[in-house]
Amino acid sequence: MGGYVVKRLIQAIFLLKLVMIIVFLLLHMTGDPVTVMLDTDATLEDIARLKKLMGLDQPLWVQYSRFFMNALHGNFGESIEHGEPAMGLVLEHFPATIEMAVGAFAFAAIIGIPFGCLAAFKEGSVYDKSCIGVTVLIQAIPDFWLAIMFIMFFSVFLGVLPSYGRGGWSHFVMPAFVASTYHLARLARLMRSQMLEVMRQDYITTARSKGLNEKIILMVHALKNSAIPIVTVLGLDLGILLGGTVIIEVVFAWPGVGRLVVESISTRDFPVVQAAVFLLASGFVLINLAVDLLYAVLDPRISYS
Amino acid sequence: MTEETFGTPQTVFVEEIGEERQEERPWQKLLDSLYKDKSALFGVLILFGVVFAALLAPVLAPMNPHEQLLERALRPPLSTHGEHFFILGTDHLGRDYLSRLIYGARVSLMVGFFAVLLTGSIGLLIGLISGYFGGKIDFIFMRIVDLVLSFPFILLALATIAIVGPSLTDLILVMSMRIWVNYARVVRGEVLSLREQEFVQAARSIGSSHARILFFHILPNVLAPVIIIASLYLGRMIIIEAGLSFLGLGVPPPTPTWGGLLSEGKVHLYTAWWVVTLPGLAITVTVLGANLVGDWLRNVLDPRMKTL
Repeated sequence: MGGYVVKRLIQAIFLLKLVMIIVFLLLHMTGDPVTVMLDTDATLEDIARLKKLMGLDQPLWVQYSRFFMNALHGNFGESIEHGEPAMGLVLEHFPATIEMAVGAFAFAAIIGIPFGCLAAFKEGSVYDKSCIGVTVLIQAIPDFWLAIMFIMFFSVFLGVLPSYGRGGWSHFVMPAFVASTYHLARLARLMRSQMLEVMRQDYITTARSKGLNEKIILMVHALKNSAIPIVTVLGLDLGILLGGTVIIEVVFAWPGVGRLVVESISTRDFPVVQAAVFLLASGFVLINLAVDLLYAVLDPRISYS
Repeated sequence: MTEETFGTPQTVFVEEIGEERQEERPWQKLLDSLYKDKSALFGVLILFGVVFAALLAPVLAPMNPHEQLLERALRPPLSTHGEHFFILGTDHLGRDYLSRLIYGARVSLMVGFFAVLLTGSIGLLIGLISGYFGGKIDFIFMRIVDLVLSFPFILLALATIAIVGPSLTDLILVMSMRIWVNYARVVRGEVLSLREQEFVQAARSIGSSHARILFFHILPNVLAPVIIIASLYLGRMIIIEAGLSFLGLGVPPPTPTWGGLLSEGKVHLYTAWWVVTLPGLAITVTVLGANLVGDWLRNVLDPRMKTL
């Protein structure tokens, strides 16, 4: 177990380093950041001077090692647009993104898991069939369109929920729920098929033949054993939600990292884009690591080699 | 498997009388199941309909989707202006909405189709090589897979498109960067078990080359999962394309795309319901069709892949 943890940790560190290289190269693909920063009437000398000042005349690996050292100290340069440190700006927007990701995650888990379980218990019933139908439909709906439809219904037609911004519960419910829908449906479907799979196992038959209460069989034996793949999917979902609610943030004008990235892209403010991609990718790597470790704890059959 | 060995009365009966049943072809199996599975039939019909509309857009569209006339802007569905009748109304520049929707199907389907084709081929090839040869090649490919999986995809796609500038080919390439991984992992897993099987060892013992074994013996056996994943991802691709277009990072205007129509319509949310409702409905129906077809193919070709 200890060896496995160390191995996964080393892997995660290696991944983070690769993430950094990609983030670094991303900026280089943009061409010359100097041309973005200077006015169009800047002379060639101006450009050369600024390049020297920023160290852009150095070979690529020198630039990378300096970028790497700076990034280790959380320094991704200054935002061209706002003049503040890029990482600071991203961190300011991070709580909003976490709030929405965790909210969407909670919606997906709290609604998706029970609905999937119920469908499995009542396999073949009208409830089961309509549950499958609804999840299939939900997975086909683009969430940003659903967001607009929700705004149209709840904000414009009924006028009960605010259509944009961040604030109290009323601001939070719509974006978080919309962001959760796809994951909710997938989780319900997975929970259902997982539950059906477990119910066919020998130990459930054994429990039944012992005359155990059906409720206890379902709640204790079946639910516990179908939890393992669900935990994996939940973990992956949280990671995806952290980096994937960009469009929802834009639609609801939610002041999170995703919206900041879209704004920074349109103003070509690449230090901010870099810092944001790095932060979210790191979060993603760490969540995956946590899921793998949790998985090893939950399922003793997993090999730690 | 169990069903075939025990044989329900019906299959026994068919096998007794049907000589042609002996050389059962996969597509025959597919067609048979299509009769029984209503939702699959529904999905196939939807997809056919959308493909048909996209291909015949110039014939089907009642008007030129680019023809603007500001004085007839934002007409509701079923309204007239001059000698024109607008079944689905007009947009903010007075363009016929039905025509724009029909033309919009072209971009969605094209991006979806080529992205699936590209990711499928790359993923298949890498999965084959990785699983068959193992060792260092496998290690390197699987680390690349880990790396791709550890990136928040939408962000990466946004950043890349913002840098290279939006165009149809770049859009397809960027979307493909992430999805090939899913094919590669599944194919690799299949190949790992296939390469130990007797028919592969037999081929090896009579001196077949690696390429021959890979493409003639192993490839046909991993095609089913690839087809399943492809059909299940077609819908996702269409949604991602629409999302990028919605953010202004898709195929640039004036080409009508469903995501682009939505983002143009978003501003008129308060006054014109049709310009925000209809494009999303078009996406939903198309993706629903694709997903139903995907579910059907999975159930028929390989019911093991339920968790996908």
